[in-house]
Amino acid sequence: MLTVEGLTTDYGPVRAVDGVSFEVPEGSVTAVLGANGAGKTSLLRTITGLVRASSGTVKLAGEDVTRLPVEEIVRRGMAHVPEGRGVIAELTVAENLRLGGLWRGREAAPLSEIYELFPRLEERSTQPASRLSGGERQMLSIGRALVGRPRALLLDEPSLGLAPVLVAQIMAMVRRLADTLGLAVLLVEQNARSALSIANRGVVLNLGRVVAEQEPDKLIADDQLLHAYLGF
Amino acid sequence: MTKFIDLTLNGISTGAIYAAVALALVLIWRSTRIVNFAQGSMLMFTTFIASAVISSGGSYVLGFVVALASGFVLGGVVERVVVRPVEGAPPLNPVILTLGLYTLIVAIAGMIWGNTPRSFPAAFSLRGYKVGGTTLLFTPNDTFIVLVVIAVAVALAFLFRATSLGLRMRGAAFAPEVARLLGVRVGRLLTLGWALAAMVGSLAGVLVAPSVFLGPNSFDPILIIGFVAAVLGGLDSPPGAVVGGIVLGLATSYVSGYEGASLVPLAALAILVIVLMIRPTGLFSATKERRV
Repeated sequence: MLTVEGLTTDYGPVRAVDGVSFEVPEGSVTAVLGANGAGKTSLLRTITGLVRASSGTVKLAGEDVTRLPVEEIVRRGMAHVPEGRGVIAELTVAENLRLGGLWRGREAAPLSEIYELFPRLEERSTQPASRLSGGERQMLSIGRALVGRPRALLLDEPSLGLAPVLVAQIMAMVRRLADTLGLAVLLVEQNARSALSIANRGVVLNLGRVVAEQEPDKLIADDQLLHAYLGF
Repeated sequence: MTKFIDLTLNGISTGAIYAAVALALVLIWRSTRIVNFAQGSMLMFTTFIASAVISSGGSYVLGFVVALASGFVLGGVVERVVVRPVEGAPPLNPVILTLGLYTLIVAIAGMIWGNTPRSFPAAFSLRGYKVGGTTLLFTPNDTFIVLVVIAVAVALAFLFRATSLGLRMRGAAFAPEVARLLGVRVGRLLTLGWALAAMVGSLAGVLVAPSVFLGPNSFDPILIIGFVAAVLGGLDSPPGAVVGGIVLGLATSYVSGYEGASLVPLAALAILVIVLMIRPTGLFSATKERRV
């Protein structure tokens, strides 16, 4: 569903993403792991067009979307939940959700579907998003991404700042979304164990390069890799 | 007592115009974090266009509509051509840019229409209502001004609160990058925001022109008081802009009536200082945390 080939991103003289390639099939979760500064967020921002790629291609369902503006990439079915949740604090919970599906028109998911997934959001629907807890904000940002009925979902550090029990809930939800909706999920995480617990495949980045790409069991079994790049 | 009522009614009418100018400034500030110092010259220019339409035989209504339409177009063009290139630049850049644009538009207006102030017709009679044996300072034209500004404020509130376009515009204003990630075409909405703001500004120009005469620099004091009204209301709050405009209209009317017109600018700035000392974010702006 989502194919990244030789993607390279430069910030002036600094190369943040260096020739990264991988594939995220439909209904699967690919975890991108790495320490701070490994290039994970830059990779996601390049895939969704927030940062212009220096070279390489991004294909969504076979269509090359590399040079398209962010809005057009989103309108082709790519949803990006940015680091720090990205909820719009000044809007209510319901307004945030509606905004996520406006481009879809009548084909957007009804809010009742999102409330079924995240009942807490329905209780809070009329409140400003600024009043939500960290976990609720994460639910809102994921729910908002789903209103547009995406084909690929990119999540940037969804566990950041959450209690372990909430992290487990969010990860379980992400797995369920991939399984039930057939989403191609690209999950960027520092919390490697949580991410690998639900992933079909893991990609380890270091200084913008892919240093390993394997199934989660093999990554976890590789002590040298875990120690060198993931801080175990 | 009659004088107080007169000054109050006059203050409401003047305040409605300040509110319209403040609304124009607030709409742009909310969406692009730019104080449009060229707003006064833009509304002057579109009022000149209305004046040209009327003096060449067009009706007041036609002039009024042309002023609003040209304001809409001018605002959109300014955003796309002048402002867009400095998007994301240091805050001082757009300040200098809008000041430069102000100078340019004033110069162009002077070259086209001359620098001698000219009269501009009012929509309705400028004779005050008669109540009993007393003639009030409040005229049918003042009623028109107040009603039009109320209608515009209600229409904007409806647009922003009750339509999907308004939701997109608010999303784009509050968090442009997140809005883009939600498929919102932010660039188009910023253009639309500037166009709407300039149209509201043009409305203020047409409404105030009969009482100040029309010249390239006629509207500068109104822009200053409109800016004070916008800051008073919180700068990013449209309801605050309306309340700020009315408060300033009333205050300046009382000061002008009881103490003399020369003290009006001083009074406006004194009110601004007092409010900002008590509530630095303005009357209607929600206090927000600041990232350090």
